[in-house]
Amino acid sequence: MNWIGFFTIYKKEMMRTFRVPLQTIFSPVITTALYFVVFGSAIGSRISVGGDVSYAQFIVPGLIMMSLLSSSLAAASSGIYFPKFSGTIYELLSAPLSYLEITLGYTLAATSRAMIISVIIYIVSLFFTPVPIAHPFVAVLFIFLTAFTFAMFGFIIGLLSDTFEKLNIFPTFVITPLSFLGGVFYSVDMLPGIWHQISYVNPIVYMINGLRWSFFESSSVSPLISIGIIVIFLVACLFALWRIFKTGYKIKT
Amino acid sequence: MSILKIKNLNKEYKGGLKALNDVSLEINKGEIFALLGPNGAGKTTLINIVCGLVNPSSGEVTVNNFDIIKQYREARAFVSLVPQEIQLDPFITVEQTLEFSRGFFGKAKKPELTKEILEGLSLWDKKDNKVIQLSGGMKRRVLIAKALMNEPEVLFLDEPTAGVDVELRRDMWKFIAKIKQQGTTIILTTHYLEEAEEMADRIGVIDKGEIKMVENKDILMKKMGKKQLLISLKKTLENLPADLQKKYIVLSDDKKSLLVNYDSELNLDIAGLMQTLKNNNIEIGDIVTKQSSLEDIFIDLINE
Ligand SMILES: Nc1ncnc2c1ncn2[C@@H]1O[C@H](COP(=O)(O)OP(=O)(O)OP(=O)(O)O)[C@@H](O)[C@H]1O
Ligand SMILES: [Mg+2]
Repeated sequence: MNWIGFFTIYKKEMMRTFRVPLQTIFSPVITTALYFVVFGSAIGSRISVGGDVSYAQFIVPGLIMMSLLSSSLAAASSGIYFPKFSGTIYELLSAPLSYLEITLGYTLAATSRAMIISVIIYIVSLFFTPVPIAHPFVAVLFIFLTAFTFAMFGFIIGLLSDTFEKLNIFPTFVITPLSFLGGVFYSVDMLPGIWHQISYVNPIVYMINGLRWSFFESSSVSPLISIGIIVIFLVACLFALWRIFKTGYKIKT
Repeated sequence: MSILKIKNLNKEYKGGLKALNDVSLEINKGEIFALLGPNGAGKTTLINIVCGLVNPSSGEVTVNNFDIIKQYREARAFVSLVPQEIQLDPFITVEQTLEFSRGFFGKAKKPELTKEILEGLSLWDKKDNKVIQLSGGMKRRVLIAKALMNEPEVLFLDEPTAGVDVELRRDMWKFIAKIKQQGTTIILTTHYLEEAEEMADRIGVIDKGEIKMVENKDILMKKMGKKQLLISLKKTLENLPADLQKKYIVLSDDKKSLLVNYDSELNLDIAGLMQTLKNNNIEIGDIVTKQSSLEDIFIDLINE
């Protein structure tokens, strides 16, 4: 294992994150704070989500997950897309680095970045409402697994995209709608009939509910099922990556 | 001893373009090998296959006897590439980009090496500048500096002096000669024939994906050094006078001209020759000299 090589990629990616803090760190924070003001405080005081959890508290895990998904996906997809686009990827391909080391370098950096953002969002939310976490370790596990899985997913998108447009298709047309429909602002139990059932096809429902359980010990889905779904998704990404690397598809001519 | 062995290498790009056709080539340890060929000949393709950027269609390549695919870690540990295009992350500093290069190769930081390389390429005062703030020629030197951070045994330079001014080009030749002295094997491509003449130990010519010639430069230079003096005579001459009967002087079949073959080793005394002709009452109509250059050889080869 080329540890130094792996760590160099990780470091390069983390430096990229902190080079544009406005874009990578503060922008999700501002967005989340706005959601908080509008939904958490203004509208939320009139919505009951059951139990002794207030609406403002209820949306915190959802908001964290929403940022986590999009930032880990964006970090990993742009991380690998730009070297491909600018040609600097020649350095990685000609170095004694395995595909595993390259993948882990990029995806773990994207994971770290997303996790930092989720901690910041949590801290921001504390300005609006107290948010106790019932099972902090489970929460970290959910956050890590989800961020890592979406980093893998983003890495695949970055590898396969050959235009900026393709790079943005997934986040815009799949991830954003699915996270809005994934129960950030409502419990899927509130949905009537068929919409309730359809919701369970959306993997993001499981991620949000998994984290929600770790916060409040109650959610629409059992946490074990949530973990199971995330792991299945992760394995699917790993399998796809393995296929891509085996053939060198879209990486080498 | 050869450090790089290429055997029956073929490359067909998607879409069916055959960029390399059964290329076999061995590079000796410690030499400078210049690969010449017109645009699209397959030079970059060849280099990129060895460096792991392009998948070969068939054939075998080894570096230090390590297969570049099956034992890519061992093979690549020895090899650095300076690519033809300037491909650099614009937003990091010169020093940072050098350190990353070394890191990717799994080697621990070595600040004194960074300094030595940057000084050698007159970039030390730019070390804290972002890459985007450099001129084109500086960026090309940064690419070379990055490649050296790996302390390579084999260094590929794909058109290292493209877009570099004349003075700087001479500096770079000196620098490359210095790297060679430290024992590095260098394979370079160039469109400047004088560059190949100046630096290379051996020269290879590739065209349409096929190696047309591989030759020691000194032997090539001897061929190139050949000169011909063509003297047209006013009147036909039946026989060469005795004092003109030398093995390098030939009377043409139509007996109307003399052909004098000479090269850099034979210091032809032209004034003496003229005097001898005059003494024999041979009147000269016209004189033409011809010299074959690397360019002639090159053009002959690729026009075949
Ligand atoms: N990625 C690619 N896909 C398809 N064809 C390619 C690709 N890269 C190169 N080629 C083709 O392969 C041939 C050889 O190209 P190559 O870049 O190896 O030439 P070269 O000798 O380096 O030329 P130059 O002196 O212009 O740099 C050319 O016909 C080129 O169009
Ligand atoms: Mg080329």
